[in-house]
Amino acid sequence: MAKVHLPSMLRPIAGDQTVLEVEGATIAAALDELRDRYPALERRLRDESGALRRYVNFYVDGEECRRLAGADTPLAARTELMIIPSVAGG
Amino acid sequence: MEALLAIGTRKGLWLARSSNGRADWQVTGPHLPMTDIYALAIDQRAGSPRLLAGVTSEHWGPGVATSDDLGVTWQEPEQAPISFPEDTGAALERVWQLTPAPEPDVVYAGVEPSALFRSADGGRSFELVRGLWEHPHRPQWTPGFGGMAIHTVLPHPTEPEHVTVAMSTGGVYDTTDGGKTWAPANRGIHVKFLPEEYPEFGQCVHKVARHPARPDTLYAQNHHGVYRSDDHAKSWQSIADGLPSDFGFPMVVHPHKPEVIYNFPLQADEHRFPPDGRCRVYRSEDGGGSWTALSGGLPDNGFYSAVLRDAMCVDDADPAGVYFGSRSGEVWASADEGEHWQRVVEHLPDVLCVRAAVI
Repeated sequence: MAKVHLPSMLRPIAGDQTVLEVEGATIAAALDELRDRYPALERRLRDESGALRRYVNFYVDGEECRRLAGADTPLAARTELMIIPSVAGG
Repeated sequence: MEALLAIGTRKGLWLARSSNGRADWQVTGPHLPMTDIYALAIDQRAGSPRLLAGVTSEHWGPGVATSDDLGVTWQEPEQAPISFPEDTGAALERVWQLTPAPEPDVVYAGVEPSALFRSADGGRSFELVRGLWEHPHRPQWTPGFGGMAIHTVLPHPTEPEHVTVAMSTGGVYDTTDGGKTWAPANRGIHVKFLPEEYPEFGQCVHKVARHPARPDTLYAQNHHGVYRSDDHAKSWQSIADGLPSDFGFPMVVHPHKPEVIYNFPLQADEHRFPPDGRCRVYRSEDGGGSWTALSGGLPDNGFYSAVLRDAMCVDDADPAGVYFGSRSGEVWASADEGEHWQRVVEHLPDVLCVRAAVI
């Protein structure tokens, strides 16, 4: 199972958990899983067309997924997926 | 009498309440911090006020939040309240307008990209109005500077199947069959930015307003052009004579007097400032036949801010209150229909919309 680390702002809509375990083999599959468990969480991470939200970063074992395969980036067992809001806004 | 003024800004919502005839205001906020609030509604159809806010977080995306306790707590359903169906391939960018309809529990949402959604449960969940989304003109609608959005939704006060919308940039559209078919309704509206001066559609309308007691009369503030229609948007006539500029964003109708309207002209296009830096609301008492600059209490010079399309409103008291907010974060209120003004609050983020009601 991969571990998804949530930023503090999103924890209240995910049962106040800091880390969620997911079985999905890719980021997209992991988010599909979260959509079923916590719909309010999933829709803050990607829009209804499936696109990752522009100012949310997904680090897979320390590497931002947009430098890898985006939402198709594979998640192996024990992969650490960190979700971190990017620098945005004024 | 207690008045509530809701102020949506680029970084959250502020609420102002007055219990002494709108002489003094108690302001709270920020509520819903760090969200753009382009759309607000105070829905009193059920007896107690429900606040609806179209919110967009830069990080977490758009949504609709509601409060049944005047902003103390806010709710958003687990599932996205407004979501484009999968077959459209579209994704919601922003909610620009939330309008309770005369039918109980019906709320319309105008959104970006240009689309209309309808809720039958008071604004908790919405469904795409397919007839407008599938309109053959849609590929030719283009974004204005602020985006491509339906920013005005006017349900007919007595005919549930009859709804008028306006968008930038596309113009006014009208349905009389509950949203199945839509006709462009821009005849007589001149454009300066297209090869054709009077196109069937493509106008950059900034706001349309009307009075519920006289639904066939509509008033429009366009990107250059101020208009009136007396045949429910079948044709439009200019009412810009007497204004210092035909450019501006808001258009507001008095709550009890269908011939009294308000707007806020800006010099344009090279300088989008109030003429000569004077902060002035313009009022017509004869449906646009003549205009008066309202200045009581407003800055006489040095005001180089703008008032956006939904940043002016009236409450429903008698005499009516009139309100506007500026991009420089000032909100002004008049308790006597525009004769005298006082500043409710200053130093807020850019004001995007205001809504007021007696609660």
